[in-house]
Amino acid sequence: MANLLSRRRIKDILASKAMLLLTVTAVSIIFVMVVGLYLRSRPILASHSLTQLLFSSRWRPSQDEFGFLAFILGTLWVTGVAVLIAVPLCLLSAIYLSEYAHSRIREWSKPLIDILAGIPSVVYGVWGILVIVPLIKDYIAPFFGTFSTGYSILAGGIVLAVMIFPVIIHVALEILRAVPLEVREASWALGATRWQTIKHVVMRKAMPGVAAAIVLGISRAFGETMAVLMVVGNVPRIPGSVLDPAYPLPALIANNYGEMLSIPLYDSALMLASLVLLLVIVIFNVLSRVILVRVKRSIR
Amino acid sequence: MEDRTHIRVQNLNVFYRQQQILKDITLNIPDRKITAIIGPSGCGKTTLLKSFNRLVDSIEGVRISGQVLVDDENILDPRNEVTHIRKKMGLLLQKPYPLPMSIYDNVAYGPRIHGIKEKKRLDEMVERYLKKASLWPEVRERLRQPASMLSVGQQQRLCLARGLAVEPEIILGDEPTSALDPQSSQRIEQTFFELKQDYTIVIVTHILRQARRMADYVIFLYLGELIEQGPAAEIFENPRQELTREYIKGLIS
Repeated sequence: MANLLSRRRIKDILASKAMLLLTVTAVSIIFVMVVGLYLRSRPILASHSLTQLLFSSRWRPSQDEFGFLAFILGTLWVTGVAVLIAVPLCLLSAIYLSEYAHSRIREWSKPLIDILAGIPSVVYGVWGILVIVPLIKDYIAPFFGTFSTGYSILAGGIVLAVMIFPVIIHVALEILRAVPLEVREASWALGATRWQTIKHVVMRKAMPGVAAAIVLGISRAFGETMAVLMVVGNVPRIPGSVLDPAYPLPALIANNYGEMLSIPLYDSALMLASLVLLLVIVIFNVLSRVILVRVKRSIR
Repeated sequence: MEDRTHIRVQNLNVFYRQQQILKDITLNIPDRKITAIIGPSGCGKTTLLKSFNRLVDSIEGVRISGQVLVDDENILDPRNEVTHIRKKMGLLLQKPYPLPMSIYDNVAYGPRIHGIKEKKRLDEMVERYLKKASLWPEVRERLRQPASMLSVGQQQRLCLARGLAVEPEIILGDEPTSALDPQSSQRIEQTFFELKQDYTIVIVTHILRQARRMADYVIFLYLGELIEQGPAAEIFENPRQELTREYIKGLIS
């Protein structure tokens, strides 16, 4: 009897330890990656100053010049355009679904929106090339009296905006639904209209959480590689307008890693680019999680 | 003094999906009196109260028939503007739900959404209604602080002041003391007695003693049906219905 009991206990302990080990492995991958990227990017950090790497736009690897500024700005421009397009559309959609829509519409829309998140990014890229790029080349650029090949920041931003819709709508919707009905009732009972209630009460209560939803969307946008790379033009120059091409960091890494490694320090430079990207995304994610947790606590 | 009727309900039926919550309710609520709606939980008290200001509208799958006349105007008439009806009534919920803003802004919220902008007038209203809700002395020094920093009892009085600030004729209370400690409950009751001079008050309560203390007029609901209504003294001392008698004795709940 005692024997059986102890065997069962040993099994239990073994199982729990094994699962702990697996969990720790999964969690530590991020740290291993940061350390690994740092070690691999040390050669370039040793021979070039960090300010020069980050703030110079001269990118001539064959002449030992590695300025990331054009790529960093490219990333910021594309992400910025995407956020500018996505945020108003997503917020209004989330507000509609949360505050106005019949529950049947809401329950139908949610999975449909989530499907957007599951579409492979190559498909978005192809869609961008077939639809958005010609649209910009033939209609939008001529409308503003300029020329564009269509492969531009705007194309990247539009494609990226559609890709971050599901994240922002989903999280914003959850946050809005977490605002208690009674708070709305209190406002309605005073004779406020639905819109007044949304504007002054619901949004105010949900604002930090909605901000977190946006940050989550931004951090997704930063790292998105494939779809953007396919439509953004990939020219390493500081862009002057949204109709210019750009060359975001992820595209730089994806296009060149494994091909240009005969050039000294090129490998190390790409590692540094990855590290910068990874750190930015980690910071954004942590930030949005912290805000989300706070909000959930304060709404209750 | 002859009692004037303020709210007249005629053949009110409320359905939620397939279920009938209120069955053919007809009743009168007197002006400037405290009317208590009593009955066991789930009997439709809250639904009845919320159909007075059409908050039942906001629940999906609700159908209503019948009439609710306030000042001889049928508020269930879909042609009526709901915000205008709600402005006539202040509502207190079971738990206080202060709006996510300062104490001052909570009280000023109602007047502001109805178009009052002058600071002086708002200041004066905030003070007047905080006084009416007997909260003024406790908050006069910290009007700019978030309302969530007040105690629950204070928050409920703030919600009362907020409701009064839209200058209603009727105050509706859905078990307004059920989340409060005895002392805060007493203060709310006390405030209601003072407000009775100027307002028609309707409260839902499942606390019989509270109904006895406060009510001038009592409505007893059971499983969605109106069993008995009448002056409080009659209902409590000499109920006509067996069901009422049993409920008051505490035999059914």
